[in-house]
Amino acid sequence: MSRDEIREGLSDILEEVAGVNPDDVADNKSFTDDLDVDSLAMVEVVVAAEEKFGVKIPDDEVANLKTVGDAVSYIEKG
Amino acid sequence: MTEVVVTGLGATTPLGGDVPSTWEALVAGKSGVNALEEEWAQQLPVRIAAQLAVEPSEVLPRIRLRRLDRSEQIALIASQQAWDDAGLSDDLDRERLGVVFGSGIGGALTLLEQDDILEGTGPRRVSPYTVPMLMPNGPAAVVGLEYRAKAGVHAPTSACATSAEAISWAADMIRVGRADVAIAGGAEAVIGGLPMAGFASMKAMSTRNDDPERASRPWDRDRDGFVMGEGAGALVLERREHAEARGAQIYAVVAGSGLTSDGYDIVQPDPECNGGGRAMRAAIKQAGIDPKSIGHVNAHATSTPVGDMAEVKGVKREIGEHVVLTGTKSMTGHLLGGAGAVESIATILAIRDGVIPPTINLDNPDPELDLDVAANEARKKDLDAAMNTGFGFGGHNAAVLFTKP
Repeated sequence: MSRDEIREGLSDILEEVAGVNPDDVADNKSFTDDLDVDSLAMVEVVVAAEEKFGVKIPDDEVANLKTVGDAVSYIEKG
Repeated sequence: MTEVVVTGLGATTPLGGDVPSTWEALVAGKSGVNALEEEWAQQLPVRIAAQLAVEPSEVLPRIRLRRLDRSEQIALIASQQAWDDAGLSDDLDRERLGVVFGSGIGGALTLLEQDDILEGTGPRRVSPYTVPMLMPNGPAAVVGLEYRAKAGVHAPTSACATSAEAISWAADMIRVGRADVAIAGGAEAVIGGLPMAGFASMKAMSTRNDDPERASRPWDRDRDGFVMGEGAGALVLERREHAEARGAQIYAVVAGSGLTSDGYDIVQPDPECNGGGRAMRAAIKQAGIDPKSIGHVNAHATSTPVGDMAEVKGVKREIGEHVVLTGTKSMTGHLLGGAGAVESIATILAIRDGVIPPTINLDNPDPELDLDVAANEARKKDLDAAMNTGFGFGGHNAAVLFTKP
């Protein structure tokens, strides 16, 4: 899956569970500071992303996923 | 002594999505009770309830709905209306703003829904919002956050006395100087299989499934229990000087309130209404008025065989035989934790408009009913003072006394 496809899938999840406008989703955007995704919303995003992309995102890894780009890279590595 | 006034009202009920539509339906004697068509209800002995007239999804954005229990959604909706109605400015000192907002049961529907997810797909799919959605202080916390209240956010939980108690606490909060403004109220939304089955097992609910609009009938000879309703009410209370300084509209004065407990039984009301009567007496004493000036009581009157008549004894003893009673649960159903707030709003508007809403379905009054009830039709009456009462499982009693501004 390409980075663009992953970003698009992530964008759908962010819109569904956190009401994030897809136009605002870009690699350099911070989940908490730019997209208003707080810690509880992030839990929902992670669970949905695991299902959608068939990856495991351990809890101690979630803290490192500060931006959309971080998440795309992590999922890309699979 | 510090005087506490009411400057804003908000509600969403089985009769309307706001205060004007609810009040209009109450005065017109409309029933909000309907048959439950949902599949989960079909196995229950009770298949009627008073559901919201306006769904929260028509009012709140999708993401807010997703993160709030239904009781929190309607607490927020009622509070938003009350806040806007009060016309408070954005520069209100939030350290002087309090919230007292209760719920009788809390987020029971969330608890059940998330338990289904736990059993069905496992713990990882349980929503991270589960706890803030089901905690009984959730409605209070959501309202407090919305308006950044910093004087204190409190959540009384006293079953069906909850939101009458909330108004009492909020008035006290202002009287003792902890706040200038307080949002008081209650919300309940537990029309679902387990809560309905639980109340039905107690034989507390009407089983008049084939005639929903006539099921809630306080003081009628053929009453057979309460009808579950869902809804929320919110009132903005304010220190009088604070309200006058900003030129606010004043609906009524919270002249007094009384809170007592029965020490009698976990669910049965004291048949002599001793505890309820003491709550009425305390409210009258705090107000310092002659009971003769109280022209109307919006009674707890749930349409249960014992409770309805016990309260009549209490009212007669503590207030007198001149008073005109009404039981608006005949129309709204029993909003449990939301009841006291919605009924206090009806009491306040009765004073404002000089109109007592009817008790519908009072076709054959109980032979022991020896007080005047506004039966089946609204009653015009100038009111200087009127009282709302609320009694809850656990033996909680609340009485709130309002007077003309």
